[in-house]
Amino acid sequence: MYAAVCLRSFRRYSTYRAATGARVFTNTVFGFILSYTYLALWQVRPHLGGYDLSAALTYVWIGQGLLSVLAINDLGALSDLQTRIANGDVAVDLFRPVDQQRWWLAVDAGRAGYQLLTNALVPMLVGGLFFHLRLPQGTAAATVATWAATAVALLLALLVSYAMRHLIALTGFWLLDLRGVQLVYYLVSCFFSGFFLPITTFPPLLEAVARALPFVAVFQVPADVFLQRYDATGTLAALGVQVAWAVVLLGLGRLVQSRAVLKVVVQGG
Amino acid sequence: MNETLIEVEGVTKSFVVRRRAGRFRRTREEVHAVAGLDFTVRRGEMVGYIGPNGAGKSTTVKMLTGILLPSTGRLRVAGADPVRDRVRLAQRMGVVFGQRTTLWWDLPLRDSYELARRIYRIPDATYTRNLDRCVELLELAPLLDVPVRQLSLGQRMRGDIAAALLHEPEVLYLDEPTIGLDVVSKRRVREFLARVNADLGTTVLLTTHDLTDIEQLCSRVMVIDHGRVVYDGGLDGLHEQGRSERTLVVELERELPPVELPGARVVRCEGTRQWLAFPASASAAPLVAELAARYELRDLSVREPEIEDVIARMYEEAERPVAAVPSH
Repeated sequence: MYAAVCLRSFRRYSTYRAATGARVFTNTVFGFILSYTYLALWQVRPHLGGYDLSAALTYVWIGQGLLSVLAINDLGALSDLQTRIANGDVAVDLFRPVDQQRWWLAVDAGRAGYQLLTNALVPMLVGGLFFHLRLPQGTAAATVATWAATAVALLLALLVSYAMRHLIALTGFWLLDLRGVQLVYYLVSCFFSGFFLPITTFPPLLEAVARALPFVAVFQVPADVFLQRYDATGTLAALGVQVAWAVVLLGLGRLVQSRAVLKVVVQGG
Repeated sequence: MNETLIEVEGVTKSFVVRRRAGRFRRTREEVHAVAGLDFTVRRGEMVGYIGPNGAGKSTTVKMLTGILLPSTGRLRVAGADPVRDRVRLAQRMGVVFGQRTTLWWDLPLRDSYELARRIYRIPDATYTRNLDRCVELLELAPLLDVPVRQLSLGQRMRGDIAAALLHEPEVLYLDEPTIGLDVVSKRRVREFLARVNADLGTTVLLTTHDLTDIEQLCSRVMVIDHGRVVYDGGLDGLHEQGRSERTLVVELERELPPVELPGARVVRCEGTRQWLAFPASASAAPLVAELAARYELRDLSVREPEIEDVIARMYEEAERPVAAVPSH
């Protein structure tokens, strides 16, 4: 059933071609802007944060590609949940014999799948045409392993991102208007996930803070896995951190959800 | 089919509302949306549930469907506690909120139905049979491949009703299913609901402001006001309860001062025409005979009380303490 939900969600997003085009265009333009900023920065400070120039540029384009997929600065499909909470439509969702957290995860996965094929692929291809990007290297086995690990890291990143956005959307049951919370969340998320700059370029204290937060698991970890910055055990450890955050945050989401459902204030009759 | 399906015993629901009092202070105030409900619904019944805005109708439906927890009291649907068994009961109930939709906005109607099939794990044969029936009776065939956002309100409403019935629920809650619909759409929806109730024995609880819905569909009506049931019984009884009056309209030969007639009173005069009100329970025949004996009449007619007026009077009376509530 959840697979069917996921598929419908994918189709739903695919009906908005203009929105997709606009996003792809914006991501690509920002990719260029950030690339030239990074170029300037890395000329002054080569190997900043442990990335060589090519890795840094790849990092930029991965970021532009995954910004929408991992919903780093928006709520993704959960903006629908947020709207439904605000206008009371969430009430009719509760009439269905489904688990709400899984339901919305399926919806969000459909969205992410669609955006991976459009918003991620196109900017990365464009970036690859204009800059020298770094693809997984080494023996065939190592390359395959890296791609596989990246896929797993991406899935886990989506889970962590979803869990956090789900929590943000659920606060709507108490706050009703989320614009303030969202704005803070987007800034914190972009900054601490390493989306603006890799957290290894932060001052040590700030880096330590970033490492202790779940946002790294959303972006920096999958990017670093792809850039082969971990050895085999390092990769497993990084994925382990992602799993841990996913478990903790999804568990918290369940708890908050059960509280929220009990105190449903159905807006507008 | 006398089995009790819905049991409501002394159910109340209050919300705490915080009001601003001064710049920083806030006062807590308890609002009783439902102040003590008692009723039962038997399997296969079709019950109209009416009351003015804010009377507690939707709150009741939300408690019955398990998305609101009653503050006090006992509530059972098919023997289960709706809040605790929400997901399991959801499998056995259908809900249509006239002002909300469960359909997928951006996708064709058909997709929402396919999804319902998965959500409720409807066996293929059941699904096909129910979908076919809905498509035929609600005339959905040309709409199945249209994205929901392009449907008119009436079309969407029919689509929503079908979606709520594909899994053959035992009980169907309808909250204003005909709101905003044109006459033809309303009739189609009503005919369909009557068929579902008759053919499948589906228990229906219908909330509405459109009393024609009730007149055409429900043998039993519950009137709720200020969170209490103020009437529960047949439609006919409603007239007595509301102390409704019939009107005798007479056309006199010439203009006269208000006529004198025991058992009736003149409520309006206009030229040679006069309007006389008399209790709905009294017979019009002796009045007419008496009137004809005393005055020269050109024409006359009897008007039945409008159910709307009856209800309106009841709502107004409920503002004052209620006398006895006839038991069902």
